[in-house]
Amino acid sequence: MHPAKSIILFTTLSGLGFGLLVWLGLDPTPPTGWVAFVFFAVAYALALGGLAASSRHLRRPERALKAFSQWRSSWLSREAWGALLALSVMALYALLLLFGVAVLPLGWLGAALSLATVGATAMIYAQLKTVPRWHHWSTPALFLSLALTGGALLSGRVLAASLLLIVSGALQAWVWWDGDKRFARAGTTLSSATGLGERGTPRALFPPHTGSNYLLDEMVYVVGRRHAQKLRVIALLLMALLPLILLQLPLPHVFGLLALVSHTAGVLVSRWLFFAEAEHVVGLYYGRR
Amino acid sequence: MTDLPQHSEKKLGLVIDLDTCVGCHACVVACKGWNDQAYGAPLSDSEPYGADPSGAFLNRVHSYEVLPETGPAQHVHFPKSCLHCEDAPCVPVCPTGASYKRAEDGIVLVNEDACIGCGLCAWACPYGAREMDPSAGVMKKCTLCVDRIYNDALPEEDREPACVRTCPANARHFGDLGDPESAVSQLVAERGGIDLMPEQGTRPVNKYLPPRPRDGWGGDTDVLAPYLEPVAEEPEGFLGWLDRTLGKL
Amino acid sequence: MTDQPKIDLSPRVSDEIRKTTCYMCACRCGINVHLKEGKVSYIEGNRDHPINRGVLCAKGAAGIKQVTSPARLRAPLRRVGPRGSGEFEEISWEEALDLATSWLKPLRETAPEKLAFFTGRDQSQSLTGWWAQQFGTPNYAAHGGFCSVNMAAAGIYTLGGSFWEFGSPDWEHAQLLLLFGVAEDHDSNPIKMGLAKLKARGARIVGVNPIRSGYNAIADEWIGITPGTDGLFILSLVHELLRAGKIDLDFLARFSNAPVLLDCDPKSPDHGLFLGDDAGRPLVIDRRTGKPAPWDGEGVEPDLRGKLRRAGVTHRAVMYDIAERYLAPDYAPEKVAERCGIAPEQIRRVAAELARAAFDSDVTLDQPWTDFRGVAHKTMPGRPVAMHAMRGISAHANGFQTCRALHLLQTLLGAVETPGSFRFKPPYPKPASAHPRPHFRSTPGQPLDGPALGYPQGPEDLALTEDGAPARIDKAFSWENPLSPHGLMHMVISNAAAGDPYRIDTLFLYMANMAWNSSMNTRGTMEMLTATDEAGEYLIPHVIYADAYRSETVAYADLILPDTTYLERHDCISLLDRPISEPDAAADAIRWPVIAPDRDVRPFQSVLLDLGARLGLPGMVTEDGAPKYTDYADYITNHERKPGIGPLAGWRMGPQGLTHGKGDPNAAQIDSYIGNGGFFTAPLPEEAAYYKPWNRAYQDWAVSFGLIDKPQPALIQLWCEPLRRFQLAAEGKRAPQPPEALRGRIRTTLDPLPLWYAPMSDAFEDPAEYPVHALTQRPMAMYHSWGSQNAWLRQIHGVNPLYLPTYWWDKLALSEGDWVRVTSSHGEITVPAARMAALNKNTVWTWNAIGKRKGAWALDPKAPEATKGFLLNHLIHELLPARGDGMRWSNSDPVTGQAAWFDLRVKLEKSAAPDEAQPVFPVIPGFHLSANTQKTPSPEAQPPDNEGTP
Ligand SMILES: Nc1nc2c(c(=O)[nH]1)N[C@H]1C(S)=C(S)[C@@H](COP(=O)(O)OP(=O)(O)OC[C@H]3O[C@@H](n4cnc5c(=O)[nH]c(N)nc54)[C@H](O)[C@@H]3O)O[C@H]1N2
Ligand SMILES: Nc1nc2c(c(=O)[nH]1)N[C@H]1C(S)=C(S)[C@@H](COP(=O)(O)OP(=O)(O)OC[C@H]3O[C@@H](n4cnc5c(=O)[nH]c(N)nc54)[C@H](O)[C@@H]3O)O[C@H]1N2
Ligand code: SF4
Ligand code: SF4
Ligand code: SF4
Ligand code: SF4
Ligand code: SF4
Ligand SMILES: [Mo]
Repeated sequence: MHPAKSIILFTTLSGLGFGLLVWLGLDPTPPTGWVAFVFFAVAYALALGGLAASSRHLRRPERALKAFSQWRSSWLSREAWGALLALSVMALYALLLLFGVAVLPLGWLGAALSLATVGATAMIYAQLKTVPRWHHWSTPALFLSLALTGGALLSGRVLAASLLLIVSGALQAWVWWDGDKRFARAGTTLSSATGLGERGTPRALFPPHTGSNYLLDEMVYVVGRRHAQKLRVIALLLMALLPLILLQLPLPHVFGLLALVSHTAGVLVSRWLFFAEAEHVVGLYYGRR
Repeated sequence: MTDLPQHSEKKLGLVIDLDTCVGCHACVVACKGWNDQAYGAPLSDSEPYGADPSGAFLNRVHSYEVLPETGPAQHVHFPKSCLHCEDAPCVPVCPTGASYKRAEDGIVLVNEDACIGCGLCAWACPYGAREMDPSAGVMKKCTLCVDRIYNDALPEEDREPACVRTCPANARHFGDLGDPESAVSQLVAERGGIDLMPEQGTRPVNKYLPPRPRDGWGGDTDVLAPYLEPVAEEPEGFLGWLDRTLGKL
Repeated sequence: MTDQPKIDLSPRVSDEIRKTTCYMCACRCGINVHLKEGKVSYIEGNRDHPINRGVLCAKGAAGIKQVTSPARLRAPLRRVGPRGSGEFEEISWEEALDLATSWLKPLRETAPEKLAFFTGRDQSQSLTGWWAQQFGTPNYAAHGGFCSVNMAAAGIYTLGGSFWEFGSPDWEHAQLLLLFGVAEDHDSNPIKMGLAKLKARGARIVGVNPIRSGYNAIADEWIGITPGTDGLFILSLVHELLRAGKIDLDFLARFSNAPVLLDCDPKSPDHGLFLGDDAGRPLVIDRRTGKPAPWDGEGVEPDLRGKLRRAGVTHRAVMYDIAERYLAPDYAPEKVAERCGIAPEQIRRVAAELARAAFDSDVTLDQPWTDFRGVAHKTMPGRPVAMHAMRGISAHANGFQTCRALHLLQTLLGAVETPGSFRFKPPYPKPASAHPRPHFRSTPGQPLDGPALGYPQGPEDLALTEDGAPARIDKAFSWENPLSPHGLMHMVISNAAAGDPYRIDTLFLYMANMAWNSSMNTRGTMEMLTATDEAGEYLIPHVIYADAYRSETVAYADLILPDTTYLERHDCISLLDRPISEPDAAADAIRWPVIAPDRDVRPFQSVLLDLGARLGLPGMVTEDGAPKYTDYADYITNHERKPGIGPLAGWRMGPQGLTHGKGDPNAAQIDSYIGNGGFFTAPLPEEAAYYKPWNRAYQDWAVSFGLIDKPQPALIQLWCEPLRRFQLAAEGKRAPQPPEALRGRIRTTLDPLPLWYAPMSDAFEDPAEYPVHALTQRPMAMYHSWGSQNAWLRQIHGVNPLYLPTYWWDKLALSEGDWVRVTSSHGEITVPAARMAALNKNTVWTWNAIGKRKGAWALDPKAPEATKGFLLNHLIHELLPARGDGMRWSNSDPVTGQAAWFDLRVKLEKSAAPDEAQPVFPVIPGFHLSANTQKTPSPEAQPPDNEGTP
């Protein structure tokens, strides 16, 4: 799939933002006053910034409101609702916190909604049978664990962040390892795509068009294997290993910030790979994968 | 609502005959031409005379080479447009309800006025049957020429999709695949029509008729051999045969 | 489902439909042009049209983009920069026509042959040929010489008509179709419709082609033959069928010249010529009497075993020579298989399939008819084996004889004009002897004494000057290519630049992209067009070109006459030319301006008539010197070639009102055509539908309709006597005689019986050094160069890789994305490579004419067509490499002059990927400039001015 900047930014930033909101919502002793303001401002900036980036992916953003209509069937619609509800609930929660009132159940509800939002985002990808690499429980698992990790880092929870870094790093490594086999496992091949398998081995010959088109631009993105391997190592180092080490160093504020920066950079690379490495079955028709 | 209709009696669709398609792209351009001025926004092109021309088409013709175990390589031209799936994954993913499957005949359409151009439906379609319009920014797909097949303004015989009407090799057939008695259903039954990517679970309405066996060399050699039984090896012998045969005439 | 949108299921499609004829290619389908607010909104096929029955190909459906193409010319242009620079100024039509007149008038008065007028695939050759004749120049031809003249000439000399344009398989009854070397052909839609009919009936299709794509992809069986060897393959089939006696003796005896008596005495001056009676009518032995009788005598039953000794000379039926030649072991499948690149069993298999289909399937029409000898037949027995062939056998230097071999095969099977086989379309059949001979003696100020093109019957008909030199600039009808009825357009520029046989003054081209894809040696052609003498004058002093678009050739002309598009003009698809007839009906058609042009362009035919009038050409001016025709529409309506015969056959004026065929001009004729959808059909009487060359009912109908003056039944010329006359001259037995250097070649290649010889270039190029055959194919969705300006079509075919067979792919260790360097004895190109398994082991190929010169066609100079697209033409020379004698023969068929495009041999090497396909030609500077500064409104923003017609 085409690694569109808008979606990479969106999923990464909003993951961080909603991840932070989860922790803020769950915090039994939430910050209040200006401290609360700063935390929530950061969370909203990230979540809203992400959403703003995502709207760049819409070709008709002026109609974006229509996206709320299909919550019964569409994960994208559910994500929109999730974001709206999570942000509203948390706004109320935050407003009250500014005035020093902590309505904890509201925080829990907001946290749940924030998690659900990240989950819905992930389900947009995980539901797609057409992209076997995504069509797996591990997609939401990874999105959620990364959101929680990022949130933990943002909210300065060293222990939680450390543990989550290990979990999400391990999960990410496994996802790559397993993901590489999912296309084959899905069983969709040029033979099944054309129905010509019974008479021999089919192979794409003349392209249907020599000019490009939406499908090729959007769904047939090819990354070199070596390049991808290198990026995986970089991503894992940045998103998990380096922050984990940094977190164990003294001066939590300095190194914590560095850990956050490193983690975010790593997640961005991982997200780039998430899209760039995802093979859509339609590529088969074009003789690619 | 983007829920799929429970059940549609009528399942309008296309049957594509891979045995006769010569890969001429007539259906591709007829489709472009019709839809450029029919349903929804015109089908636009970007950089039409530039270095990187591209554009929205609703029907594309691929071509595949097949290497059998024995015998020469075969070549199959392969037109592809929306298959109007019964379990169309492109419909439920749509956040706006723009993408829908008509209850009365199963045609999958995009309501362009409601489309936000998110592209998710195209991601969900395994067949590459949806293309975003570069200018209008709305999703385009085969409409099964819904504005032709019921069109009172057209003569009866023209109430068929533009691609079917134009196909010079008669490789495209249109009809109700929900009716086992229809000509298309019969054709599918007779020729063993197949689904594309059955494992995707989309249950396409459109069917593909596989190419008939090719290059039957050797199969009926015995039947054919007697036809070449020599009457003569040498010209003289041949002339003798000629004499005998003509004498009889 | 509750809120499923309501949509308009019955939108109005358009304001108006105008029915005319497509011209996105030469197939001439009927189209319905939909107009909305005066603009073309949609084009679809016309269901009533005899050619396409409603279907339309990709090009036809994209016609709308031809009108809005940014490459369209806007006004007449006069060159201001040097030739090739593309720098022009716009001038008025008055200036343009004055300029042309100022060049042409002196030529006509002093040396009309100094005008060379050559046209492309324009479909108005009956006008352009007549114009040239009235001008007085012999230097006229259309593009047939580089296109398919082998097919045309072999067909006409043998059968009295060719596959090409004037024939068609009997799609309704054929059980087996052999398709030789066809990728697309002119009968674009009809062939596809026909193949579908065969498939629907379960008939079998055998594709003989080095490349398995398109029609060959859907063929039941594929013969991946080595290019240039079809003749051998076919004669091997002939060998097998003869051996097995699987031939139609009755058909041969009645309808071919197999029973005609031949002088067999090597010492006789007439050796190999027919024995004739006093009137010169060839004789056969009549089986009823055992005595000689004229071939067409009433009731005669020709004997295939006829022999006669007369005046000390033995004569025997042609059949003896046929048996002797083709039963020889040289043609045994084992002998030819390797050379043809196929297995002997495959050859046998096809032979057996032919025999089975021809003699076991009973296709007999219950239709009585009477033949030309007056013999009544109760039925029309069929031979349901159809054959069709095109440039795959035509575009080789042995193509004439290969095509003759194919006609021999058809005839042996009785598969000509019989139900299920090959059928003619009126005005054919028409034997070579009934065609005019070439006319070439130009006289200052006078028309030529007849049409320039024709069908020589022997050396005496050649177009030679007193001293035996070629009289024509293209050397057509010379010893180098005696039977060249379509001329040699591919030699005109090169001969003119070389002053061989002489210099010309003005080259007048119409609709042929000679500075690019329609020339061999493209770079050389551009150089010749810009070459100057010592004084700095161009070797070809004036070039006039009529095009509608900014093609590569535009840059090389001095004066551009901008044409309209096909939707903006009158055209006439005439029975005098290349009509739209089908085997069951004579038919012709028109185009008419369904929209008006929005710029200062004029229909070329009208311009030509205007120019003719300014030059005072006979027939184009009235007695007082005024123009006779206001425009082409006027000419179409009122011109008469012969009394009662005009360009259009429908709705003429008879004594009792409207009539068809022959009749007086009718002022409302074009309106009748428009009212009928743009065409006219005259169905043949059922009795006349088959066996046309020998069928009295057909012959009489053709006379009554005005297609021929008198019945002209003719036998299939298996033994082609005109060829033998040339051989006799080469043997020194007949005058005039060829130059010494050509004697041997004429003796071998102008054989009166079909034969195979290796393509000429094989004798000049080392097959070991250049082991690979390189071909082009027509893409179905593109028409030569002119589709690339089409926004829709160029997305389908914007680049053209070179397809390599697995054998060479592996041998060069290529992988996807690699490039190859391709070298011929003439040049070198470096191009993107792609793999294809369904390919002859030693053949590579690419799509034809996708590559574009930078800056042409109003495309971005970085367009893929110009950076990755390429032409194979850079590798093909119009001359063969020099041999010992230093002479360079034309790269053409030695009989017909057909350009031997497909004899190209190359070697291949893997290459590092260059930035662009090589060779790179500079941007045409003036074009680039004018494309940027062009004032023409963009197609999207055209003023709504298409009101009414001009
Ligand atoms: N769409 C489209 N239609 C066209 C045209 C076009 O440009 N585009 N051009 C028109 C014109 S001008 C012409 S002349 C016709 C030509 O129509 P075709 O005759 O179909 O022309 P080509 O595409 O040159 O195809 C030649 C075929 O012959 C095969 N071939 C080459 N050498 C040999 C050989 O030695 N033996 C055999 N058996 N096969 C061989 C090639 O593989 C190829 O398939 O098409 C006309 N129709
Ligand atoms: N390598 C290789 N080369 C080949 C062949 C091959 O098989 N292989 N095939 C050869 C054959 S058979 C042919 S016929 C030639 C064809 O080659 P060309 O005859 O050169 O064909 P086009 O490129 O279509 O060019 C025709 C010209 O007509 C112009 N034109 C288009 N429409 C109109 C109009 O309405 N009016 C006027 N006045 N002009 C118009 C176009 O702009 C273009 O400049 O190519 C030959 N070249
Ligand atoms: S083919 Fe694709 S677009 Fe069409 S219904 Fe099926 S999934 Fe949807
Ligand atoms: S692109 Fe349009 S039709 Fe497709 S899912 Fe998005 S809103 Fe729905
Ligand atoms: S049915 Fe209509 S919209 Fe669909 S591919 Fe055919 S022409 Fe295009
Ligand atoms: S029009 Fe018919 S033959 Fe041509 S590509 Fe389409 S389906 Fe195939
Ligand atoms: S074959 Fe196509 S381009 Fe040629 S005349 Fe017919 S519709 Fe037009
Ligand atoms: Mo041609």
